[in-house]
Amino acid sequence: MSDSSSGEQPLWREEFSIQTNEEQYISRRQFGKFLMLTSVGMCAGNVWLLLRSRLESPPNYPALSLGNEAALPVGGVRLFQYPTESDPCLLLHPDEETFVAYSQKCTHLSCAVFYSDETKEIECPCHNGAFSVKTGEVLKGPPPRPLPRIILENRQGELFAVGVDLQTKG
Amino acid sequence: MPSYPKKRQGLAAMDGALVLMAVLLMVQMWLLTAALESLLAGYRDEALPAAIVSVVLTFICWGLYRLLRKADRSSR
Repeated sequence: MSDSSSGEQPLWREEFSIQTNEEQYISRRQFGKFLMLTSVGMCAGNVWLLLRSRLESPPNYPALSLGNEAALPVGGVRLFQYPTESDPCLLLHPDEETFVAYSQKCTHLSCAVFYSDETKEIECPCHNGAFSVKTGEVLKGPPPRPLPRIILENRQGELFAVGVDLQTKG
Repeated sequence: MPSYPKKRQGLAAMDGALVLMAVLLMVQMWLLTAALESLLAGYRDEALPAAIVSVVLTFICWGLYRLLRKADRSSR
């Protein structure tokens, strides 16, 4: 008993709704379309970055009073927000003559860093990263960049935050 | 020299175009992440060449997609 009709394929295969060859073609075409659309998406992302880099105005850094320098003892730490309320920062007084301030967000994954009086380093508890207190440079761990440094001014004994140095250019 | 059926030739051409498109897409992904990383690090000048190259790669992808559709139609 033969189930083949006039063509080469058996009757059951002709009547079966899924044609394997056709299906292969369709899947390739669909995959090509998917790749094409993803490519357009990547391109749109790059153009968006370009527009953002061109249209975004340079950040404005207002002067913010951090209080009297005498109020912070040597080895002391004070938390503040600068330049906006959502940017936590650390003000440090590592020795008699030095006041430094850095962003509290680790440059790896934005965990909150803290000053360790034992190691005299700024440490990130998430992945054991460490930064120099003097410069904000990465000493160990995965952070790719130094901590952004808050520029300080001493106006007759009163400390002011007046800017942010991202410390990414040389 | 062996002669291959037209359908198989068409499928091979489509596969080649798909592989090339996938490679170009990977380059575009790298470009996007590199441009984003540069922008977050404060470098604004890298965004322009990255965008230009990405547009060029998208046009090449579009050309390959057209080639793929043409191979699909001709091999049927």
